[in-house]
Amino acid sequence: MGLLEVKGINKRFGGLQALGDVNLSIEENTTHAIIGPNGAGKSTLLNVLVGKLIPDSGSVMFDGQSVLGRKPHEINQMGISRVFQTPEIFSDLSVFENVMIPCFAKRDGAFRMHAIESIFAERGIQEQADAILADVNMVEKKDMLASSLSRGDKRRLEMAMCLVQDPKLLLLDEPTAGMARADTENTINLLKEIRAQRGITMAIIEHDMNVVFSLAERITVLAQGTPLVEDTPDNIKGHPKVREAYLGEAQV
Amino acid sequence: MLGLEMKDFRLLLIVIGLTMLAPFILNPFPEGSEMAQFNAGYPDLMQRFVIFGIFAIGFNILFGLTGYLSFGHAAFLGAGSYGAVWMFKLLSMNVLPAIAISVIIAGLFSLLIGFISLRRSGIYFSILTLAFAQMSFALAYSVLTPITGGETGLQLALDDPRIFGASQTATGNIPVPSLFGLEMRSSYELEMGSWLFTFNVGYYLAALFMIIAFYMSIRIFRSPFGMMLRAIKSNQTRMSYTGLNARPYTLAAFVISGMYAGLAGGLMASMDPLAGAERMQWTASGEVVLMTILGGAGTLIGPVLGAGMIKYFENIFSKINETILHGWFAFLPDGLENLVVAMVYPFIGKGWHLTLGIVFMLVVIFLPGGLVQGGQKIAGLFRRKKAEDAKPNATEPAE
Repeated sequence: MGLLEVKGINKRFGGLQALGDVNLSIEENTTHAIIGPNGAGKSTLLNVLVGKLIPDSGSVMFDGQSVLGRKPHEINQMGISRVFQTPEIFSDLSVFENVMIPCFAKRDGAFRMHAIESIFAERGIQEQADAILADVNMVEKKDMLASSLSRGDKRRLEMAMCLVQDPKLLLLDEPTAGMARADTENTINLLKEIRAQRGITMAIIEHDMNVVFSLAERITVLAQGTPLVEDTPDNIKGHPKVREAYLGEAQV
Repeated sequence: MLGLEMKDFRLLLIVIGLTMLAPFILNPFPEGSEMAQFNAGYPDLMQRFVIFGIFAIGFNILFGLTGYLSFGHAAFLGAGSYGAVWMFKLLSMNVLPAIAISVIIAGLFSLLIGFISLRRSGIYFSILTLAFAQMSFALAYSVLTPITGGETGLQLALDDPRIFGASQTATGNIPVPSLFGLEMRSSYELEMGSWLFTFNVGYYLAALFMIIAFYMSIRIFRSPFGMMLRAIKSNQTRMSYTGLNARPYTLAAFVISGMYAGLAGGLMASMDPLAGAERMQWTASGEVVLMTILGGAGTLIGPVLGAGMIKYFENIFSKINETILHGWFAFLPDGLENLVVAMVYPFIGKGWHLTLGIVFMLVVIFLPGGLVQGGQKIAGLFRRKKAEDAKPNATEPAE
């Protein structure tokens, strides 16, 4: 029984079958990559997992509980955090505030009316926030406005915001999309570090084969809304079906 | 200090100082002098400064922090006023129960309207609040006449069945609102040379409430709750993917700001015990939006400054008439005098809206952060000058 069990998911948009009978099992303590050519249904699948889309049929079980019909904030409270293709951060807030907010969400739940307490008195939260900023090497930027960060730093910040909640599953939607080579390498290293130190289960949706093969322990190949094959990276590399699906897109 | 950081505590002290000394500060010109018409230190206007200050402080908690622009906050102010007048009619002429009920009624009313309106955001939210406020106005004006007094407004009468206190005074008049016998309208006048300062009970009560309201707003701004509200304004997607439910946060902010509006309405009725439907009209809702933006939305002190500025324009600029203008420009040759007066005239008296409009446009274009940003820029200039002045001194010893 995996941490995340997806069974028989179907999703239609009008005449388009975006997902057709998708089965997927993500084991605890692995990095699982979901790859596939454009339009394979990767993003649709991700949106189903985080509660943004409701599938027409099928079930999604996380840690023994169904996630279907739950709102994104409820799914996050269950232990699933998401990193977006373009970093979603609180641009108008300082870096420090950005990481404090998930700490509050973790401690106090989806809503708590703490309108009189001062932020400055929240020592425990501040220590957590400081610690995670140290982990991602952003301590000296803690008072900067998040909008003034470089793209790579925004990605690091978003990652820190997810990690500080200590999620059971971290979903990454093309974490290196549009990044320069050096930034891509940095992100790979950061993810490897996180994986090694925290043992967080990760699901990565990615285009870049270099990223996929340097991180993934299991790979699911999606094509036209259906899983084509699921295996270890080594076996995927030479798989004829994968070559077929990717023909002309990348040399695997 | 009082759970505040030093910087905020200093700001609070400044506000306390300014409100307590307002009768002096607002009356800088001696009585009878030509400039006396610019004096704003009379009770009626001072009361309005602080009451609208409260209204704007509350509005800023919603608009300044969450970015949800409500166009119907006057409805809560109106509801508060009606509630307070009813307390005067039925219970007692003491202002405290009246103010308490106005806050409670406005809170419940805003809970209902907020619950429905907050299902949408952006312009749709604004339109929903506007629609609710206009409905309230129309209801108060017509259908609900037994409760609201309709066109004439809700007033005290000689036969009010007041439980604690008499329906009439010994002389057969309607009693006036008071705080345990201390009448709101009573004033102490202090004459110093040709200056006249008025200390009004109603003003000081309202000022005390404004200080408390301002203190509460600082606490909210610096609380985790306030940070969540700013997070909502910044990125709602990240908010929900961080496990936070934005709806109860925005609703709480909406109700808090509605209660501030109710407090303002209750104080208004305490100063002058009548309430009319026009207090709920959309122009009144628009006014508090202007106050907040003019002063600086999202800043602590901005809304108070904006409220003060608009009320000053409304009451002082509108008093200047053609005769006064002729007096000012009498030193010019006749033809020129008439020309200048004709040119200035549209901007004063009944034309004060034009002046306010121009000021508002200038602020929005050049100081999007409002008067507070203007103040910061000026302070910044001074600081730079100081630094430049200090520099040669600092290098001197080395020479």
